[in-house]
Amino acid sequence: MPPTHLIDPHAHFHWHASRLDFARYNASRLGTGGLIGIEWHVASILGTWGQNSPTYFASPADVTAGNDAMYAIADAEASRVRSYVHVNPNHTDHALHEIERGVNRGAIGVKLSASRRANDPLLDPIAAEAGRRGLPILHHIWQHRQRDWGMQEASDASELVHLAARHPHTNFILAHIGGGGDWAHSINLLREVPNVFPDLSGSGVDRGMLDRWLETLGAQRLIWAADLTLCTGLAKLRALEVIGMPQADLDDICWRNAARIFPAHSFVHAVPA
Amino acid sequence: MSPARFSADVSAWIGPYPFRELPHPDAAVLVRVLERENIARAWVGALPSAWHRDPSPSNSWLYEQLAAHVGVLLPSPTVRPDWPDWERTLTDAADRGAPSVRIYPMQLGVGSAAPLLTNLATAAGECGLVVQLTVRFEDLRQRHPLDGASDLTAAHIRTVVRGDSRVRVIVSGAGRDLIEETHWSLTPDEQRRCFWDWAWVWGPPEDHFAHLVETIGADRFVFGGFWPLRLIQAPVATFSMLQSFLPGLTTSTAEEISAGARAAAAT
Repeated sequence: MPPTHLIDPHAHFHWHASRLDFARYNASRLGTGGLIGIEWHVASILGTWGQNSPTYFASPADVTAGNDAMYAIADAEASRVRSYVHVNPNHTDHALHEIERGVNRGAIGVKLSASRRANDPLLDPIAAEAGRRGLPILHHIWQHRQRDWGMQEASDASELVHLAARHPHTNFILAHIGGGGDWAHSINLLREVPNVFPDLSGSGVDRGMLDRWLETLGAQRLIWAADLTLCTGLAKLRALEVIGMPQADLDDICWRNAARIFPAHSFVHAVPA
Repeated sequence: MSPARFSADVSAWIGPYPFRELPHPDAAVLVRVLERENIARAWVGALPSAWHRDPSPSNSWLYEQLAAHVGVLLPSPTVRPDWPDWERTLTDAADRGAPSVRIYPMQLGVGSAAPLLTNLATAAGECGLVVQLTVRFEDLRQRHPLDGASDLTAAHIRTVVRGDSRVRVIVSGAGRDLIEETHWSLTPDEQRRCFWDWAWVWGPPEDHFAHLVETIGADRFVFGGFWPLRLIQAPVATFSMLQSFLPGLTTSTAEEISAGARAAAAT
């Protein structure tokens, strides 16, 4: 049985400053998302995606402009797109101001990418502010990062759990367990950290991955999502359906957990409060 | 009964993977997966043989495991063309009805200009066997420290394709960049003898698969599921998404490629 609703809480869009074919890309996400059955895309734009400043170290000006582009898309697609406010924590005052501005523009979560290690105290004011406002933080994660890679200061689960422990009243979405790195490393780190919810997105579709995460964390901790590849998102949806789990568990993964951790009424048109 | 969604999956293996636990990588389970996905048959390799110095015992094991599934699981043994008496692997394969043989140059440490790649192309061309190459088994970012093999290169593929004008080559696990680098570095005749699965090609919203279908042609592709390493649902999903926008979309079939190899050998 398919899920009764479907929310993608890890989506991205583009705009004219990030790629020439942005309109095609955005239309492809929305059109294919409709085919899959996605009712809500919760999305972010990471500045200019590297055109003016690095994707993961976006300048304050690019962060603001990218967020504005995202809000414009959410306004134009108000029945199926919600926004994250993307911030670069290296610019703390700007980040906090962007959160306030973003909430006023309808943002329902905070997006942190790979601008600063997740266990760095510099993230504390952002995590606290998100918690105060009831916004979940979607944090980009490299599963079992064993060294530094260029153009990013990526974090892994071992670092995110420190931040989550310091902010037990803030919910975190650990990004894309299939998005690169060793997903098996992250599983046990999250077992005892109830305010971290791994999302299933990423191009990785290793057999055994979904089974291991389900077995260890259970359906109420996992969140279906697609990120950059809707094809693998659909594949994981199909795989969840053939695992044979109870309908309630499938619904938890596909929309109910998201509905729980985002602000109330975020998905009012599709999901009952 | 509805017709098979794909006539064959050319990129399947059985057996354990040395760097990670795989759930039930067994022939009988593969048969059930194919039934569930409405795929008629699969070309199947022995997964551990990619890392064995001598693939012969694994090939024998492969034939044994598939014996109970004749017509559904077709053997695709592993060949190492610098091993004494390697040609026997090909004649055995042809005698046993195998459509293809597999070589893993990166796991063997074989350079892209190695004469053995040309020798294999010639021998396979003579036998009417398709040569199968695998770009990778896992994402580069998650590999075990002992898994030091790089991804297969376009130069390796070119050497095999150019090695004999009769040889047909199927490459499993390539992404858009490698497919384009290789395809556009081949002559039209060479392009027609080189096929790709799309198990690692991105679908929407990047739409790499749609782009490749438009630029190099749907007939360059053949279905490969990458079982038991990856979810077979992924390439099925990618295809079905594109088919929603291109209802008449069809790709080459394993049977067509194999028939082409046999016909070329007979000339």
